[in-house]
Amino acid sequence: MSDPSQPVPYRGGGFRPSARRGIGVLVFVILLLVAEWGTRAGWISNLTLPRPSDVAATLVELWQSGLFWTHLAPSLTRLVVGSALGISTGIAVGVMIGLFSYVRAGLIPLVAALFPIPKIALLPLFVIWFGIDEGSKYALIALGTFTPTVVSTYGAVDNVDRTLVRMGQSFGLRWTSIVRKIVLPGALPGILSGMRVSIAIGIILLVAAEMLGAEYGIGAYILQAGSLYDLERLFAGVVVLSALGVLTSWAIGLIERRLLRWRS
Amino acid sequence: MDLTLDNITHRYGDMTVLEDVSLRIPAGGILCIVGPSGCGKSTLLRLLGGLEQPDQGQVLQSGTPPEGCLNPLTFVFQDFALLPWRTVEGNITLVLEDHGIGRARAAAIVDDVLARTKLSDFKRALPRQLSGGMKQRVAIARALAVNPAVLLLDEPLSALDAQTRELLMDDLIDLWQRAAFTGVYVTHNLAEAVRLGHRIAVLSRRPGRIREVFEVDIPLAERRIGDPRLEALQSQLWTLMKDEAMAADQELLDV
Repeated sequence: MSDPSQPVPYRGGGFRPSARRGIGVLVFVILLLVAEWGTRAGWISNLTLPRPSDVAATLVELWQSGLFWTHLAPSLTRLVVGSALGISTGIAVGVMIGLFSYVRAGLIPLVAALFPIPKIALLPLFVIWFGIDEGSKYALIALGTFTPTVVSTYGAVDNVDRTLVRMGQSFGLRWTSIVRKIVLPGALPGILSGMRVSIAIGIILLVAAEMLGAEYGIGAYILQAGSLYDLERLFAGVVVLSALGVLTSWAIGLIERRLLRWRS
Repeated sequence: MDLTLDNITHRYGDMTVLEDVSLRIPAGGILCIVGPSGCGKSTLLRLLGGLEQPDQGQVLQSGTPPEGCLNPLTFVFQDFALLPWRTVEGNITLVLEDHGIGRARAAAIVDDVLARTKLSDFKRALPRQLSGGMKQRVAIARALAVNPAVLLLDEPLSALDAQTRELLMDDLIDLWQRAAFTGVYVTHNLAEAVRLGHRIAVLSRRPGRIREVFEVDIPLAERRIGDPRLEALQSQLWTLMKDEAMAADQELLDV
């Protein structure tokens, strides 16, 4: 070695992803540009993928014809009503499973049995039970969002720091106070991250729910376009659903930032 | 209010953690409980505070708690047990809320205990903004807010660094000087025991039995670091415990 003192080589760092603004948008833009270029240049046939600019034109057309809201409004209603039903009962049942041994012993196997059922398969049954109108659609989305909410909620309740519960007991807090002031706030982070998954599943099931007996709705619009192999309209519908997903995820992020400010 | 442990035996499954422990805890002084790790010190404290039920024997309380006492047996935990979603103030009002105390009186209690623990400037801070020592001060303030008859301190300084520990020990002595409280102080740190204990009970290794109870008749205010009398006592305690501590260290945990 010629030089006896050398700097110690740096080998730390990494493994800590941090926020990078605009990169997400950039990826979208690059993918769209590649698709646009490919479809124009001809190395992507228009049977494989529609031209992004055509999809955009279809969306604009949909908007101008006023049919956009005609389709979106019933879909949003179904999503909101269905997932509100599913998520609220899911949270209630999940908290009960987290708190009571008998409820836990009785319902965990049931939830485990319900979870893997493709809810779409039950749609004909729901039509008989709840009618071909909105009832069956609400029920499908409610059941689809219910099971993941239950699982994430009781997991979140299980993970609440027991020393905090012991603390509450040691100060003689009432049972209801312990649940309301210690267990529920402690489970909130887990419940909210479970809601992200549940709402995404709700959006997936929206399309399935509109397979039967729906004239209007984003799902119905997509299915109609699909059966006519109208790729521009199909993708226009898919873009709307994606946007819906991004929007709800952003909204939950906002709620998290407000309610979970106490986390480091 | 006095507490009495009457022939307590306690098991976890097949493992006896405490065997035939009898001890009187008279009001007004601090009793330190020391012993090798896993000797059931913390279990003893949970039994005293009613967080666990003994398999045999009973824990008795006699006398009436002081005026305005909301929670006679009050814990201070090793890991602070503060609600991270509540501010310092909120963590203290938490333990007042179930007692039907008016808002004005609750605010007065909060201000009083925060002043006594030198936390008045941190009223609106969240636990994550506080250092370990500050968090434990909040936990002590919360315990004082219910005006307890007996404070049950479960290794309250063990999660803190040595310097913070010294500061908090001084604070505890200050608090005791201003208003003598009854305390049961569980620790594995002999230096803390000789600084804070009016009496020191030494437990044997598992199954825990009382080996000896020392009376320390030096007033708390006169105990300084490096006091030869305290050092002598500390080394006396250590010779008593050393062999057992070594044996406890070499024990398998899940037998």
